[in-house]
Amino acid sequence: MIKVLYFARLKESLNYSEEEISIPAGVSTVAHLMTHLAQRGDAWASLFAGKQVVRAAINHELVSNTAVIKDGDEVAFFPPVTGG
Amino acid sequence: MTVRVQVEDFDAGAEIRRLRMAHRNTGAIVTFIGQVRDLNDGADVTTMTLEHYPGMTEKSLEVIIEQAKNRWDIYDALIVHRVGELQPADQIVLVVVTGAHRKEAFAACEFMMDYLKTEAPFWKKERTPTGEHWVEAKASDDVARERWNK
Repeated sequence: MIKVLYFARLKESLNYSEEEISIPAGVSTVAHLMTHLAQRGDAWASLFAGKQVVRAAINHELVSNTAVIKDGDEVAFFPPVTGG
Repeated sequence: MTVRVQVEDFDAGAEIRRLRMAHRNTGAIVTFIGQVRDLNDGADVTTMTLEHYPGMTEKSLEVIIEQAKNRWDIYDALIVHRVGELQPADQIVLVVVTGAHRKEAFAACEFMMDYLKTEAPFWKKERTPTGEHWVEAKASDDVARERWNK
C-alpha cells in the first residue's frame, strides 16, 4: 500500500486530500502513477494528463517524475509552491 | 537552528533578541519579514489563506537552513512561517540570520528566502471582491533561486 496526498489546487479540484491504494500493476515511477490517476477521468485527467505543472514528493522529498515508488511510500502531488 | 510553522503571529523583536544573545561573538543580525499586500496583480486582496504540507514543510525549511550554514560562515538561523487565514498587512514569514559579519549574513538570508519561495511546500490562495484564486508561481522566483547555482 502507498499513501497518496493532494494539496492546494489539486485537493480542491479532485475533492480528495488523501487515499491509500495498492501500487497498481505496471506502476513503478511517479510518471506511471500520474498516468494511472489520469485514467480516473474528468478532473483527474485534466490535472495528471493536461498541461498543468504538477510537482511530486516521495516521503517528504521533492522528486522528479522518474523517481521510483516503493510499497509503504507516502507520495504527494501539488502545484508549484507559492509561500514566503 | 529553528523552524516553526504556525497560525499565530510572531514577535520579530523577541525572536531577534533570543538569537542575538545565543552567541556572544555575534556581530551581524540580518532579518527578513514578508507581509500580506492589499494589492496583487491589480486586484484588491481581502484575505489570504496559506496551506502547507505538515511534516514536509518543516523538513524542507530545515534543509534550507542546513544548506545556508554549509555555504556561509553564519552562527544561527531561524525561519518562522505562518499558515491559515491572513489579512493585508499581516506578517507571513520571518527569517533571522546571525553571524560574525554582515556580508555572509545578508547572503545567507537572501539565499534562504529564494529557496523558501521555490522549494518549501506552501500555497497561497487570495480572496478578492470578485472571488477566490490560487496564486500562480512566478518564473522570476525560479530565476532568483537559480543564480545561487552559478
